[in-house]
Amino acid sequence: MLSKKRKAYISGMKVAMYISTGLTAALVIFLVAYVFIKGIPHISWELLSTKPSYISGRIGILPDILNTLYIVLATLIFVIPLGVGAAIYLTEYAKNKKLVGMIEYAAEALSGIPSIIYGLVGMLFFCQFLGFKTSLLAGSLTLVIMNLPTVMRTTQESLKTVPQSYRDGAFGLGAGKWRVIKTVVLPGCVDGVITGCILSIGRILGESAALLFTAGFAHALNGIFEGLTSPGASLTVALYVYAKEQGEFGVAFAIAAILMILTLLINLSATFVSKHFAKKREF
Amino acid sequence: MSDIMTAKDLNLWYGETHALKNVNITIPEKSITAFIGPSGCGKSTFLKTLNRMNDLIPSVKITGEVCYNGQNIYDSLVDVNELRREIGMVFQKPNPFPMSIYDNIAYGPRTHGIKSKVKLDEIVEQSLRDAAIWDEVKDRLKKNALGMSGGQQQRLCIARALAVKPKILLMDEPTSALDPISTSRIEELAIELKKSYTIVIVTHNMQQAVRISDNTAFFLLGELIEYGETEKLFSQPTDKRTEDYITGRFG
Amino acid sequence: MKKNKLIERTIHGIFLILGLLTVGCVLLITVYLVISGIPAITEIGLFDFLFGAKWASTASEPEFGILPFILTSIYGTAGAILIGVPIGFFAAVYLSKLANPKVKAFMEGAVSLLAGIPSVVYGLVGMLVLVPAVREIFDIPDGASLFSAIIVLAIMILPSIIKVSMTALEAVPKEYEDASLALGATPIETYFKVSVPAAKSGIAAAVVLGVGRAIGEAMAVMMVSGNVPNMPSLFQSVRFLTTAVASEMSYSSGLQQQALFSIALVLFLFIMLINATLNFFLKKEKD
Repeated sequence: MLSKKRKAYISGMKVAMYISTGLTAALVIFLVAYVFIKGIPHISWELLSTKPSYISGRIGILPDILNTLYIVLATLIFVIPLGVGAAIYLTEYAKNKKLVGMIEYAAEALSGIPSIIYGLVGMLFFCQFLGFKTSLLAGSLTLVIMNLPTVMRTTQESLKTVPQSYRDGAFGLGAGKWRVIKTVVLPGCVDGVITGCILSIGRILGESAALLFTAGFAHALNGIFEGLTSPGASLTVALYVYAKEQGEFGVAFAIAAILMILTLLINLSATFVSKHFAKKREF
Repeated sequence: MSDIMTAKDLNLWYGETHALKNVNITIPEKSITAFIGPSGCGKSTFLKTLNRMNDLIPSVKITGEVCYNGQNIYDSLVDVNELRREIGMVFQKPNPFPMSIYDNIAYGPRTHGIKSKVKLDEIVEQSLRDAAIWDEVKDRLKKNALGMSGGQQQRLCIARALAVKPKILLMDEPTSALDPISTSRIEELAIELKKSYTIVIVTHNMQQAVRISDNTAFFLLGELIEYGETEKLFSQPTDKRTEDYITGRFG
Repeated sequence: MKKNKLIERTIHGIFLILGLLTVGCVLLITVYLVISGIPAITEIGLFDFLFGAKWASTASEPEFGILPFILTSIYGTAGAILIGVPIGFFAAVYLSKLANPKVKAFMEGAVSLLAGIPSVVYGLVGMLVLVPAVREIFDIPDGASLFSAIIVLAIMILPSIIKVSMTALEAVPKEYEDASLALGATPIETYFKVSVPAAKSGIAAAVVLGVGRAIGEAMAVMMVSGNVPNMPSLFQSVRFLTTAVASEMSYSSGLQQQALFSIALVLFLFIMLINATLNFFLKKEKD
């Protein structure tokens, strides 16, 4: 028999755990349901396929969708080679432990810096110092720095799972370092790169503070090259502007619902990818 | 028979550990030389100094000389990749690349600049024939090499090493992960190969050394204790420690 | 052959540069913040800047005291931790030790979703649900307040706390728990008295990570805190370090803008301190 005190302790802990878990679950369900109920009725083809017009007074979010797409593409194009390269340096080349420690510490520091600071430094460095002005490109480059540690880390993790015996085999045949990396190491880290991309896309889609002062607020409809050199609001920034400055809550919730759906898709594909590759690994 | 490799006063350290001590040895051409000794005696380490695979470990320091055809391979002018092409290696665990059988064999020749499809086809077939595995795999050259049995994988790795036309083949306990039937096939293959190649094999299996090698070297605690003709070393060892080892008193 | 060596060296050099990129970025950020943050501090005076109680950047005789922002950020973060950590902690223990696999899988998905929702969406829902509710319940003129910000921040740090604590709890060797069970402790006693202490560095890391997230959040807080530079009080509109930078940046110039950079520098120093603490706990967890 348990003493009364022990029984009370156990039931107390149980109650605390049930309440906490239940609260978390309820919160998620509420958020998803609320955003969908408020947002989906406002999603229409017209909203998705037009740009805002002051003459007709209608709001369209096509420019914001395209801007977001451009930012995602531009960021990935830069961050993948940089992040993968950094990871390769760390796992394949670096011999100096202090240097490796320093690089990893820097990566951790980068992932801890708040996005508002990225926005500020991005504004000073890319927009002003390098002369890119307020543009999607400046915003994307700012996001490249933010996502560098993510891509670097996921690639590094998957490089570590490439068996040393593959490298030995290739070196034993007289292959040079670069050839070994290109032919047997890189093919083995595809999963890490894909995971890194998915995580980065999620982060880019959700980012707003870093884009506010680097990419701006404009809603102009542009092609990709024109778009990258001109200012433009991403979906998140558009949501902020419509909600906070213009009181267009219907549009804001429509964007929120779209972002929520995208987040769900990203999470699902991340799970799918990690499961898929875990199965492949069992060989 | 002329000598193809010579080590002179070779010492090797892993960080603070003195792993090889003053090793002196000459290896004759077109023969099989076996390295035996208890685990941790330095036999595998020494094998890897012969084609500079130890270069890949950061904390390793080496003094002394290893001469291949009269040239010190640790000389700064030596191209390591070219060296490893001429002195091939087969590893303890079969390590085919996660590619097709064909691409595994073609990897080495492609590395060294052969691009012609006709030429590659020819090399792939010849190497697989030399490694006595052609008949088993000729119909599935495009299949992934990881789907083969362990014994087949190891013969594939031997074929892969042969494809770059080496002069010497270093084998690091090539049968330790295999079943007896696969083991005997690899042993037959080694005897066949010594007609055209010099083979140096590390083995923990003394019967294997007796069965296939011409010369045997016995290592203990990083030192080369005794080296000579296999028959003589196993029948009349000159060093007490060799005798203790081959009669199974330790190790 | 010489050509090959040259190519290999060049490639090595390129990778070295890529490897050093993260270090370069950290230096770039630090240097920029220091260079642009120092002038205003020297002009205003370090003491008046950090401990000045009044921020009136656009007044005819402007004042630049950021004590209200510093305190708001500290109180806001502390409040979020006070609410978010217990909930996250108990949920993490339940999910890592007791939950059946289906519940666990569902909740892991839910927590990931919570982590992935953009902060402006939190801000939006907070603005339209939480802020009016706070106004009604506490009968105050404006619900946009420190209290609303604390609730939003508590929700936003929840996923980091749950995930990192779960990882730490799941890494506790099963032998510890078995030993405790074999001594007659019940499973729940075992989890709280053996597993939790064994995972304490990891859980501490989760808390510190939460602190970092909370102190760095800008957009969601901007939408629910009213954004007025008051000294912090639970049911009044307030302004955080992050929102102080964000709210005036677009129209500022001269000393005002420089002062905003100085605020960012202060925020950056806070974050670096938190990072160092986090690293300390993570290292401990590894050992």
